[in-house]
Amino acid sequence: MDPRLITAVIVVVGVPAVLVGYIVATEQLLRLAPERVKPRIRPWLWLLPALAFLFVFLVYPTIRTFIYSLQNAAGTEWVGLANYFWFFGSSGALGALLNNVIWVVLLTVLVLGFGVLIAVLVDRVRYESVAKSVIFLPLAISGTAASVIWLFMFSYQPPGVPQTGTLNAIVTSVGMGPVTYLQTSAFRFNTIMLIIVMAWMWTGFGMVIISAALKGINPELLEAARVDGATEWQVFRRITFPLLAPTLAVVSTTVIITALKTFDIVYVMTNGAYNTNVIANEMWQEMFNFGNFAHGSAVAIILMFAIIPVMAFNIQRFRAQEAIR
Amino acid sequence: MTSVAAARPAARSYAGAFRRRLGTLPKHVVVIGLMVLWLVPTIGLFVNSFRPAAAVQSSGWWNFLAHPSQLTLSNYQYVLAQGGLLPAFVNSLFITIPATIIPLFVAAFAAYAFAWMKFPGKNVLFVAVVGLLVVPLQTTFIPILQLYGTFGLNGQFLALWLAHTGYGLPFAVYLLRNFMGSLPSEVFESAEIDGASPVTAFFRLALPMSVPAIAALAIFQFLFVWNDLLVALIYVGATNPDNAPLTVILANLVSSLGSGWWYLAAAAFIAMSVPLAVFFALQRYFVRGLVSGSVKG
Repeated sequence: MDPRLITAVIVVVGVPAVLVGYIVATEQLLRLAPERVKPRIRPWLWLLPALAFLFVFLVYPTIRTFIYSLQNAAGTEWVGLANYFWFFGSSGALGALLNNVIWVVLLTVLVLGFGVLIAVLVDRVRYESVAKSVIFLPLAISGTAASVIWLFMFSYQPPGVPQTGTLNAIVTSVGMGPVTYLQTSAFRFNTIMLIIVMAWMWTGFGMVIISAALKGINPELLEAARVDGATEWQVFRRITFPLLAPTLAVVSTTVIITALKTFDIVYVMTNGAYNTNVIANEMWQEMFNFGNFAHGSAVAIILMFAIIPVMAFNIQRFRAQEAIR
Repeated sequence: MTSVAAARPAARSYAGAFRRRLGTLPKHVVVIGLMVLWLVPTIGLFVNSFRPAAAVQSSGWWNFLAHPSQLTLSNYQYVLAQGGLLPAFVNSLFITIPATIIPLFVAAFAAYAFAWMKFPGKNVLFVAVVGLLVVPLQTTFIPILQLYGTFGLNGQFLALWLAHTGYGLPFAVYLLRNFMGSLPSEVFESAEIDGASPVTAFFRLALPMSVPAIAALAIFQFLFVWNDLLVALIYVGATNPDNAPLTVILANLVSSLGSGWWYLAAAAFIAMSVPLAVFFALQRYFVRGLVSGSVKG
C-alpha cells in the first residue's frame, strides 16, 4: 500500500482528534484556575491555533518580505527603496502594472455587465436554474483547465490550412483572415483576450450574487412604479439599479482583487510573452527565472499595497453592517 | 405576487397571447444565446478529448458529427498511463482532503471565541484577522520557502497542508464567525445557565447549528486547493514533481506537449472531473456560501 495513503489517513483522522483533544484538555486545565480568571484565559486558548497559523503563514512572512524588499539581492546590505525604484523604472515591470490596470477595469466591467444582464434576464425565464448552472460552471474549474479550454478556442493555423480553433473558424468562414489572438499585442489585444477567459470564469460569481440581491427586492415596489406608468427601463434605472448598488460594490471589490492577483491564466496561456505579463507573474519570474528575491519581494509588496485600499473598503462595509446588527 | 397577477386585465384572446409570446422571444434568444456562448468552449474541448490525433490536427471539433465513429478513449488511456495523470490525480486527493479538513477545525474554534466569548480587544483582533485577506500569497512565498527549507518540508504534502491552512484561515474565520454570531443568543445563554461548559456548548450547539456554513466553507476550500496552481508550484512542483498535483502536471503538459493537443484535452478533463462532480452535487451549498461571504479575493 502507498505509504502516503497511511500518512493521509493519519492526518485526516489525527489532526481533528488532536485539535479537539487540545480544546478538551485546555478546558480540563482551566478547572484548576480560579473562577475569576477563567473567562479571561479561555478565549485565548481557543484562538491560539488560528493565531499561530496566521502568524507563521501570513504575518511573519509579510514582515520578512518587506525587509527583503529593502535589501540587496544577496540580503547583505540595506538599499533603501532601490528595489522599488527598479520596479518603477523597468519597462517590463511597468508594462505588467499597466496590464493589471487593464485587467482591473475590463474584468470588473465585464463581470458586472454580464452579471447584471444575465441575472435580470434569467429571473424572467422558467429554465432559470439550468441557465444559471451553465453560466456558473466555469467558476468551479481551475484557471489551468480554463486556459487549456481557451487555448483551443484561440488556436491559430496559417491562412489556407483548415482552422481547428473555434474562433478562427468563425472568423475565416465570414471571409476574414485568421487572427493570432494571443500574439497580437497592439492595443493590448492579447491581454484583452486573456481577460475574456477570466470573465468567462467569473461572470457566474457576479450573476449569482446579483441574482440573490434582485430576489430580495420587494416586487410591490416595482409593480407600484409600473402601475404609475414607468417603462421597464425606467423601473430598472430608477429602482432596481439603486437598490443593487451595494451588491455591485461587493462584487466589484472581489473582482478587482481577483484581477490584481491574476496568475494562472497568464502563466499557462502566454507566460507573460507578447506584452501580456502581470504583476503576479512578474514576481514569479523575478524569483525563479532570475533568482532575484529582492526584486521579487518588492513586486509582492507593491501588489499588497494595491490590494489594501480595496480590502479596506470591504472591511469598512463589514463594520457598518456590524453596527446595524 | 398573487394580487399583482389578479390585477392584470385578463386579455386572453389568441392574438393577445401570440403577441405576448412574440414579445418574450428576444429574452429567450438572448438567454439561450448566452448559454450557448458559455458552453461552446467546454464542449469543444470535451469533443476533442475523444478525437484521434489526426482528426484534431486537421479539423475543428465540430467535424466530429461527420465522423462519429472516429471517437476514441485512446487519449485518456495515454495520459493516464504515460502522461502521469493518474499519480497526479492521487496526489491532488492527498493534498486537498487534509488541506480542507484542518483549517475547518482551526477556524471553527476561533470563530466560536470571536462570536460568543468576551475578551478585551476582541473586535480589533477580529478586524485584524479579516484584514489579513489583503495579503497576497506572493508576499509569503520567499520566507516560507526558507522556513520549509530549514525543516526539510519543501516538496512534501505537509508543506501544502500547512500553507493552505494558514492561507484559508482569514476567510474561514470571517465566514464562520458571521454565521455563528447570527445564531440566537438565547440558546447559548440558557446552556450556560444549565451549567454547560463552553466545550459542550460548542460541540453540542454551535457546531451542529453551523453545518450550512461549514459545508459551504468545505466546498470552497476543497475547490480552492484542488484548483490551485500557484501554491503547489512553489512548494512542491519546483522541488518534487512526484508529489505534484493535477494543476501542475497539466500546466507542464501545456508547455511540453506543445502541439499534442488531443492529450491535453483529455488531461484537462481529468483535472476538471472532480470540481465538476462537486459542483453538480453540491451546487446549492456552494452558491449559498458565495452569497453569504463574498469577500474572498
